[in-house]
Amino acid sequence: MTTYLNLDGNEAAARMAYLGSEVIAIYPITPSSNMGEWADEWAAQGKPNLWGVVPKIIEMQSEGGAAGALHGALTSGALGTSFTASQGLLLFIPNLYKMAGELTPFVLHVAARALATHALSIFGDHSDVMACRATGCALLASNSVQEAQDMALVAQAATLAGRIPVIHFFDGFRTSHEVAKIVAVEPATVRAMIDDSLVAAHRARALSPEHPVLRGTAQNPDVFFQSRERANPFYDAFPALVQAAMDRFGELTGRHYRLFDYVGAPDAERVIVVMGSAAETVEETVEHLVARGEKVGLLKLRLFRPLDTRALLAAIPDSARSIAVLDRCKEPGADGEPLYKDVLTAFAEAAADGARPMPRVIGGRYGLASKEFTPGMVAAVFAELAKAKPKRQFTVGIVDDVTHLSLVWDDAFRSDASRRLQHAVFWGLGADGTVSANKNSIKIVGESTALQAQGYFVYDSKKSGAVTVSHLRFGDAPIRSSYLVEEGMAGFVACHQTVFVERYDLLAHAAPGGVFLLNTPDAPDAVWAGLPAAMRAGIAAKGLKLWVIDAYKVAQEAGMGRRINTIMQTCFFAISGILPREEAIAAIKKAVDKTYGRKSKRLADLNHRAIDVTLANLHAVPIGAAGEGAAPIVLPPDAAQPAFVRDFTLPIYRGEGNRLPVSAMPIDGTFPTGTAKFEKRNIGLEIPVWEADLCTQCGKCVFVCPHSAIRARAFPAEAAADAPPTFKHVPAKSKDFPAGTHISYQVAPEDCTGCGDCVEACPIHDKSNISRLAVNMAPIGPLREQERDNFDFFLKLPDFDRSLLKHGTIPGAMLLDPLFEFSGACAGCGETPYIRLATQLFGDRMLVANATGCSSIYGANLPSTPWTVNGAGRGPAWSNSLFEDNAEFGLGMRLAADQLMAYGMQLVKEMEAEVGGDLASAIVDADQRSELGIRAQRERVAALLSRLAAGSHPRAAELASLAEWLIRRSVWIIGGDGWAYDIGYGGLDHVLALSYDVNILVLDTEVYSNTGGQTSKATPVGAVAKFSAGGKATAKKDLARIASDYGHVYVATVAYGAKDVHTLKAFHEAESHAGPSLIVAYSPCIAHGVDMLYNQRQQDMAVKSGHWPLFRYDPRVEEAGGNPFRLDSAPPTQSIKAFMDSETRFAMLARSHPDAAERLVAQAQKDADRRYKGYQEIAAAHAPAAPKES
Amino acid sequence: MIDLTTDYLGLQLKNPLVPSSSPLCKQLDSVLSLEDAGAAAIVLHSFYEEELIAEDAMAERFLLHAELHDGESAGFMPDHGKYESSIDQYLDHLRKAKARLSIPVIASLNGVTPSGWVDLGKEMQAAGADALELNVYHVAANPTESGDDVEARYLALLTELKQVVSVPIIMKLPPFFSSLPHFVRRLEVSGANGVSLFNRFFQPDIDLDGLEMVEQLQLSTREEALLRIRWIAILRGQTPMTLAATGGVHGHEEALKLLLAGADVVHLASCLLEHGPARLSRILEGIEAWMVEREYESLAQLKGSMCLSKLRDPSALARQSYIRVLDSFTPRPGVWR
Repeated sequence: MTTYLNLDGNEAAARMAYLGSEVIAIYPITPSSNMGEWADEWAAQGKPNLWGVVPKIIEMQSEGGAAGALHGALTSGALGTSFTASQGLLLFIPNLYKMAGELTPFVLHVAARALATHALSIFGDHSDVMACRATGCALLASNSVQEAQDMALVAQAATLAGRIPVIHFFDGFRTSHEVAKIVAVEPATVRAMIDDSLVAAHRARALSPEHPVLRGTAQNPDVFFQSRERANPFYDAFPALVQAAMDRFGELTGRHYRLFDYVGAPDAERVIVVMGSAAETVEETVEHLVARGEKVGLLKLRLFRPLDTRALLAAIPDSARSIAVLDRCKEPGADGEPLYKDVLTAFAEAAADGARPMPRVIGGRYGLASKEFTPGMVAAVFAELAKAKPKRQFTVGIVDDVTHLSLVWDDAFRSDASRRLQHAVFWGLGADGTVSANKNSIKIVGESTALQAQGYFVYDSKKSGAVTVSHLRFGDAPIRSSYLVEEGMAGFVACHQTVFVERYDLLAHAAPGGVFLLNTPDAPDAVWAGLPAAMRAGIAAKGLKLWVIDAYKVAQEAGMGRRINTIMQTCFFAISGILPREEAIAAIKKAVDKTYGRKSKRLADLNHRAIDVTLANLHAVPIGAAGEGAAPIVLPPDAAQPAFVRDFTLPIYRGEGNRLPVSAMPIDGTFPTGTAKFEKRNIGLEIPVWEADLCTQCGKCVFVCPHSAIRARAFPAEAAADAPPTFKHVPAKSKDFPAGTHISYQVAPEDCTGCGDCVEACPIHDKSNISRLAVNMAPIGPLREQERDNFDFFLKLPDFDRSLLKHGTIPGAMLLDPLFEFSGACAGCGETPYIRLATQLFGDRMLVANATGCSSIYGANLPSTPWTVNGAGRGPAWSNSLFEDNAEFGLGMRLAADQLMAYGMQLVKEMEAEVGGDLASAIVDADQRSELGIRAQRERVAALLSRLAAGSHPRAAELASLAEWLIRRSVWIIGGDGWAYDIGYGGLDHVLALSYDVNILVLDTEVYSNTGGQTSKATPVGAVAKFSAGGKATAKKDLARIASDYGHVYVATVAYGAKDVHTLKAFHEAESHAGPSLIVAYSPCIAHGVDMLYNQRQQDMAVKSGHWPLFRYDPRVEEAGGNPFRLDSAPPTQSIKAFMDSETRFAMLARSHPDAAERLVAQAQKDADRRYKGYQEIAAAHAPAAPKES
Repeated sequence: MIDLTTDYLGLQLKNPLVPSSSPLCKQLDSVLSLEDAGAAAIVLHSFYEEELIAEDAMAERFLLHAELHDGESAGFMPDHGKYESSIDQYLDHLRKAKARLSIPVIASLNGVTPSGWVDLGKEMQAAGADALELNVYHVAANPTESGDDVEARYLALLTELKQVVSVPIIMKLPPFFSSLPHFVRRLEVSGANGVSLFNRFFQPDIDLDGLEMVEQLQLSTREEALLRIRWIAILRGQTPMTLAATGGVHGHEEALKLLLAGADVVHLASCLLEHGPARLSRILEGIEAWMVEREYESLAQLKGSMCLSKLRDPSALARQSYIRVLDSFTPRPGVWR
């Protein structure tokens, strides 16, 4: 009996990898993380491998660590595997050479992903695996989800037989994340494919003191070369062994594969050679073209290393005259990409031998970073091959108006296969359950019908208000369309969020005569009139049927709160006709029961109830006249916007990035800052409203705002003379301000995410009504326009002299303009307030090195960046190098700043006569530790430049070019705990051990947040995280304490939600310390499983329970004879348990592992007591002396 | 040897002391030590509807539908294959308690809305509960809800539960009914097997520093027994149902008074939380000693001997005594004169 599975490529590959492994060493990296997570889940469930044993899953501190652990396990006799991608695979490379050199059999499964070059990309291409082609590993490609499973097993069988390690890869996202219906490999097949005598042989080669050997020697020129050649027979034999494994697999399953599979016309004249998911699209297109009499074909390349050129050539018909080899990678400066070069060489050698005539071979790049590759593009490649003089090197899928390499393709081309399928597109929000409902629908269709199903999900890169577009296909035959649903093809389009109708072209995908389902609060008879005119016209033109439901109302009434996924799924099945209605509803209910099961019968009942009432609330809307409608919220480009924003940022925001030509791109990945403010995402349903009469101007709301969407500014009252009528401002309460100074707290209504943290932070309440605070949330609807005008006015207020503000107080510091605003971070993010604070205090002189992670994504993922500039055009300059090297990267920035400053100072001294003695010595001797000192130096530098311009010294130009380096730069090294505690710890430690003036800000969320909640060494004991499903058994590393042991490092642990003034003080002290400083900042995260509305409350509890004690270690105090260690939080007044009970990451352990929960809570309390006591002892060792305030 | 047996919901108990629903009942060890100390039955800790709703919300948001934002993270929590709702854990605890204890075990449900959670009663019965206590913890704060509506809420939940279980049901009530005997009769008609008097509402306090409502557990005081004494005395003789007294029993004195008033069983919680299981033995010894001294032969003789219908002067329980007591109050010297 055939078993079908509905799963994605990662799961498909991981299933096979798990069965054949004893040790699985992993490290999370997108898009491969899920493979390791699956393995971890199965192990946690006690699922055995092929030999009845649960494999050991171990998360390491980096891919380099995983490679090392794997190497050790393999050389000691275990069967092992790992999963990785992109830069993670690069970190494997040193060990891959070793393992291949030692003929160590294992399979490394790779969800192939772009390498970070001019920019990071999480998306798929072959840059990473192609970088491994010299390692000695075999490279085996899977083209589909089915193949990801099948080839994973073939690879395992082959590596055991041939001893060559195999990199088994498939396309990141397109295959790793595509959900498809596949035929399962049965356990008996796995059993039959793995030869236990080969396993025994592997074990027999293991290092063992019972029969010791030596491996990993050092060799000299006399024998190294010969040794390298000694393994040749293994490489010669390997392709045949892979083919043998494929043949055996074919016998067992009926699915037959070849190293090189040819499909198409037997007498093809034009052939495409390609590997990966693109092969599926090419096959679909070849079938279409052959049916029309075109002599075209496709060679699907599976085993790229070792390359069996004889088999490759044999697979291509002799009739082929013109061949295009497509590479999904780029080798800048080469005269072609790797696959092209290898195929070309194969033909050239055969031609030289007279074995076959030399065809024309051309090479093309396509699909970098998951760029779409469609049948229209395939047709364009075949068309190019038909030309008398095709481009020898080309690209396809982009418009290259710079080097003119790109082919022109027909966007309207549709393959026969595509036309035979049913397509559906769903627009949803990241958190509204659209994606999970669609995955579920695929399962339902896949499991209850003979239909094939495919799902692919497109996310934007925002962490709040992210848009998801689900692309679903159903059909009778296996679906090969490895591209998004094309325009005009979807018989069903659903919009799960009303607000999208004003923002996106939702109907582009809709097929004529199709269905458009809209979730809207409007009554069915009022919906039509409320739609934008363009949408009404689109519906009418395409003859769409419009259905509506108020899903949020149905959910509310059914007791499901704001969860609409089941309701919208029911609508889909009710209208789309994919399944008979009753059958579909029974299947949805069954799926609900499966999801909730014993976890919550109550939720299952509520869902059943919602399903039952959905149909009564689903209405067909008569199509009226197109008529006039409201203008969309996203306004057409404004002439006032900078050209870059108009021509680059906003088109990407509108989803038009694919249409931008090559010439629109910056040449080296360098972008202007200050662009987030142009997005105006309007995602907050409520925004804060300031009650000026109650407010004491304490600044706390500004301090906690994760998106810098509530601002404070001081200004002379007369500056508000022309203010809009609803603009609020009141006299400054502090006597520190000049008479007549007013203050305004203003919200950026279209940039606020509505998290409510400002309200939670407000300490002021109406004495007669405790619930009315000085800032309260209110629905944005009636406020949007007025507050937009008010915010515009607010921004135009004159800059207040920073020297008149008290930077050491919260009310004063919060009047400083933030230079980090409107990021894509989650609503209520616990990290961003720290970054914003740094920019308020030091932004005009900051150089930022940012480790890869959440902060690099919300900080610099296109289309925009929250890093911005002040009124004088100064602001933080930012860059991200890698995940692992951030401390070193930041140190490099420091070294450059110091070196160039020293050079500049030297020139100033040399040119003293030219510069002027007083000015020269003032510049050289300047004390720039404070902002005032820096400001004075800036003025001196300005004077210097004007003198240099007026003079004629031969080195004047040289000094002028260095003048800006005479101003001290504040270097900030920012990243998360995954970087600081794990992958980057070695570098971080090294930088701390040196004496350079860098400020290291660790945004500690106690888990890998960006990749989805994996355990780090910052994860506390008892917390549940991925790879700690049973609760983390060991205590969190005390990074701050370790750093303070150096003695010369300024260290602080902070939590602004517990003690904001302490945080402020720590930032000032860290920045003013002339050596390395480390701030470890407690950052609540949605990964903790707590509503981010309670961000500050959780910080407070963390401190009061002793989970996060606050301390500062200031070497300057020791120099002054005091105790450098100051314990800043009082002895715990709450139990650790009370804190742990308040967060899902801890609380769920009691539900899944009650015994462990009890034990680990007790352990956590013990650890917290020990830590606090230890701090108390250090603090008591010497009476603390107050550090000098900045 | 005095016969201390008593009938509770049709179950024959060896004595009238029954530890009531409290955190103590969450641990199997403490439940076992309560049995060793002489408990005649045990009411397990309450399964709270609110707890279930909060747990569902957490599970739904962070575990079952954790998809939050982008393509890099499909959720933050690992495998929840082993995740059990607190219902399962409660039932498991109940099964273990039943297996280890020889005394009856009563499961307790605490909630206010008829949202399907009372179906749980069926599973509690299947897990071995000898009876169910239904604790309707409702604060009537809505001006559109009449007294009758409040009573209807209790009756609806009782009826719903009755439909799914066959074991006896005891209703735990608050003292805030305008006519308790009438309402108790309605409960009886609707199939209740007993009433437990009274629920102690946890009273929120105001934190004068933070100006916040704060919740804290206040243990009962002996004085609270008085309210129970009066109402049990009034009800005994007017209903054939089991009367359980709960709240304010800290020593054998309160227990005896409640039994004299007509309670079939006396629940203990605060005194056990404060002093441990040994307190139960001491109360039992106190009851026996008092009865021996006065030559009682059985609890049956004593039970209800001072209920309203048997009092020579029923006004002691009615309004007249209020005037007498108030009039008898003399302030301490120096307060007024």
